[in-house]
Amino acid sequence: MAAFERTFMLQVPSSTENLAIIRDFMTGIGAQAGLADGEVAKLELAVDEGCANVIEHAYGPDTTKEVSVSVTVDDDAISISVVDTGQGFDPGSIEEVELDKLVAARKSGGLGMRLIRSLMDEVQYEMIPGKKNVLRMVKRIHKDK
Amino acid sequence: MATAFTIQRSTQDDLVVLSLDGYLDAHTAPEFENAVQQEFDAGHKRLIVNCERLSYISSAGLGVFMSFIEEIRAVGGDIKICGATPKVLQVFEILGFPAIFDLLPDVPATVQRYVDVPVKGGE
Repeated sequence: MAAFERTFMLQVPSSTENLAIIRDFMTGIGAQAGLADGEVAKLELAVDEGCANVIEHAYGPDTTKEVSVSVTVDDDAISISVVDTGQGFDPGSIEEVELDKLVAARKSGGLGMRLIRSLMDEVQYEMIPGKKNVLRMVKRIHKDK
Repeated sequence: MATAFTIQRSTQDDLVVLSLDGYLDAHTAPEFENAVQQEFDAGHKRLIVNCERLSYISSAGLGVFMSFIEEIRAVGGDIKICGATPKVLQVFEILGFPAIFDLLPDVPATVQRYVDVPVKGGE
């Protein structure tokens, strides 16, 4: 158990215009946790992608819904949960295909999850049918990546 | 807050330069998509996307490049990208864009690239 743990929470209406608020929230936390600028940028992008997936795919344009981001920072890692109550989808079901094949198929789907997997140290997705979906991501603080 | 996104358009001979400024994410990507669509509809098929002032890009922005590239190359055109900052370039590289798109340091180098290799992959 880490000696010192801080928790941050943000809840915003499901609209892409709020992605900027989410990014500012994440860059503030990353900087405070002592991440280098490049690592803060990865954190910012991964959480943007996770939330954009929720806003565009889980909820659609329903701004009465909300996206929640909770972040726990300890000495070793930044752990993020993106929670929604929309229609869940299993990112693991997204087939990893080569970019040129996606281009040929005129599809850009799955790019966000591909980025998240590249940017974060751990990624998990949990669906609790009828209740909520949780995308969990971990960025370790003292690891070069 | 990190929301602003603008596109400036200029031309150089038959090349159209779209200079992006600010944050290209799921909220602003439709604006970029419309700009590229307008060029394509007007028959402008040789595009340079200048990213010198682009602070941020997410997969929604990358998807715009991907959704047009086949169509534009099918008519002998191309989309070439230049001036990406290290932060933006990293995102292009993670997704393997250098294999599909020409990525150049600046507009003059991209203009020259159009002379040398009008369509990437066509050399």
